[in-house]
Amino acid sequence: MLSFILRRLGVMALTMLCLSLVVFFLINLEPNLKKLAISQLDMRSSAEDLESWLQRNGYRQNFFVRYGQWLGVMPKQPNIDPQTGVASPRFAYCREPAEARFSGVLQGDFGCSTKFKVPVAQRLVPALGATGILMFWVMAVMVPVSLLIGVLAGMREGSRTDRSLSIASITTTATPEYISGVIFTVVFASWLGWLNGSAASATNQGVTFYNFTLPVMTMAIYGIGYIARMTRASMVEVMTQQYIRTARLKGLGFSAVVVKHALRNALIAPFTVIMLQFPWLLTGVVIVEVMFRYQGFGFTLVEAAANNDIDLLLACSLVSVLVVLSTQLISDIGYALLNPRIRVQ
Amino acid sequence: MEFETVGIFGIVIGVIARFWPVWLALGIILALSLRYKKMLGLYGHLFDTGVGIAGLMICLFWLFTAIFADVIAPFDPLQQVAILKNAVPGTVDPGSGLPFLFGGDRLARDVFSRMVFGSQIVLVIAPAATMFALMVGTTLGLPAGYYGGRIDNFLSFLANLVLAFPVILLFYLLVTPGIRETAIPQWLAGIFFIFPVIFFGTLFYTRFKSRPGLLAAQLAITALIGGWVYIGLVFNKDPLGIISIRPNELNIFVAVVFASSPGVFRIVRGLTMDIKTRDYVAAAQTRGENPWYIMLWEVLPNARGPLIVDACLRIGYTTILLGTLGYFGLGLAPESPDWGTGIKESSRLLRAYIHPALPPVFALMSFVLGLNLLADALREQSLKD
Repeated sequence: MLSFILRRLGVMALTMLCLSLVVFFLINLEPNLKKLAISQLDMRSSAEDLESWLQRNGYRQNFFVRYGQWLGVMPKQPNIDPQTGVASPRFAYCREPAEARFSGVLQGDFGCSTKFKVPVAQRLVPALGATGILMFWVMAVMVPVSLLIGVLAGMREGSRTDRSLSIASITTTATPEYISGVIFTVVFASWLGWLNGSAASATNQGVTFYNFTLPVMTMAIYGIGYIARMTRASMVEVMTQQYIRTARLKGLGFSAVVVKHALRNALIAPFTVIMLQFPWLLTGVVIVEVMFRYQGFGFTLVEAAANNDIDLLLACSLVSVLVVLSTQLISDIGYALLNPRIRVQ
Repeated sequence: MEFETVGIFGIVIGVIARFWPVWLALGIILALSLRYKKMLGLYGHLFDTGVGIAGLMICLFWLFTAIFADVIAPFDPLQQVAILKNAVPGTVDPGSGLPFLFGGDRLARDVFSRMVFGSQIVLVIAPAATMFALMVGTTLGLPAGYYGGRIDNFLSFLANLVLAFPVILLFYLLVTPGIRETAIPQWLAGIFFIFPVIFFGTLFYTRFKSRPGLLAAQLAITALIGGWVYIGLVFNKDPLGIISIRPNELNIFVAVVFASSPGVFRIVRGLTMDIKTRDYVAAAQTRGENPWYIMLWEVLPNARGPLIVDACLRIGYTTILLGTLGYFGLGLAPESPDWGTGIKESSRLLRAYIHPALPPVFALMSFVLGLNLLADALREQSLKD
């Protein structure tokens, strides 16, 4: 087990290295650098001004040198004034050092956000916290509801409850966040007026039922259908097993059979599914946070991408890739732990 | 200023009347299918269940809407009638005397016509991109599952690399005006679009090797059609001028294929690993068949059930992805009538006007729902076999 985990961690590190290289390459394409320079100077700057800005801030160094600097295996160089030879920090608002030193991701320095004019960590950590709150509530709604629906539908296959719940789950899987968000806002905010159609106030005034229900509902609904269907399939399979028939034949009530014998075995598969939902949830986070103006991770990612904020976007990619990979790892390990048949092998 | 409106009843009648070519086509298809149900195999079995009929009808509804869009839509999707800005549904356009059935949007365009024309964009890109993703995923997934070992490790690593990317981040990096200035979309298109040619070439070669005449004809046709589509899509230089693709559409197309191929790859790989242990594969191996013959003519046909179901679901998922792209204003032109862009435009003004938001929302939802229902019905049928 330990060697399995170690090997997986190694593959994970390799994956992250490859992906960060790809992202680094895509962000540093010529048109993107130009866009960055324009956003840092202004629209009317001449081509020479843009070029000299890029030159001065070290964006014209060799690609691999810059990747190494970002990673922390090459020293980051300060700006050297060509006339006087005086070294000055690259981005004064991030308190970058005035001398060359190793300061990259490996050293825990994620760089400097050119859009927000703060160090990346200072921007990203609160955003991740905000998204963490959102995710917590989404999970708190999504998991119990979908498991309940799945178990209810799957315990009597083909019954009327099963049919109607299955149709309902199919419908929610056909409702991505930007659809359900619009529908919920129309119904609950515009029409009934019960809930706030914006979560902007949740960022600084705290989470309330009034401003947070719509984002949570919108995000949960897309996942509910999928997890419920997986739970149903797993439940249906378990209900046909021999030990369920034995339990029924020895005279146990139907509810006792479901709760004591079926449920535990039926919930192994949904665990993996829930864990593998995280990549989808990341997309959902971006849509929901933009739609409801909640200043979390997704909102930051969109801002970073729109302004080609290199360091911030790299950090965002690293975080999201880490989330995806570690949930995959957890789902594999958890599956092995939950399922004794696999553990023995 | 007061405008004449046609009222709720008028709107309902008007919408139903506008879709007349669709009803006609659906009626013909339904009648023919029910008449010849017994002879139609899997397709005929879809008509056994309500879910199957509903799914199929919804999908066909949008298919025919896309085909007959010019007849159905009363206005041009980009035509602005300035006085009908944000008009309520049913307001009659004084110029033409036709009503804006679902009202006017922020830029005074007819919401109904935009919804109808939006179906064209979705129904061209989503199925086509899914087909290419299927080709890429199958061509790589078969050898990975069949040979295993190093090929499998390498290809699986690549697939997991792409799958580890959150889709939205991939799109923000891959679908930008900046990237269109570089040759990256063309490069990716050049790689992806060669796969169908390879696939069909190998398919025919392995089967008809012993009949050179037939094989030559088939390979020539494959090369001709494949090359024609390839030149049209990758270089945008179709000599006949039929196949053309705008740079932003190519960008979207490539990004969608890129994002969904690894999913297909994983499914095909899993199915292949399962099927290659069967007796008929062992029999073929004993006969000394070429491995590619076994993969394409023994394994693939037996994996078709799950693959068809997956393709159905995947078209729906691709539709959702296209909507996401439109919602974030990536790739598609801001005035494009597609549903995602429509939702983006109208969701900003939800507090003031809700009517421009609802038609694209329900259009997208119903189309994806139709595909999901269809996939569900197909899955039940293929489980029965």
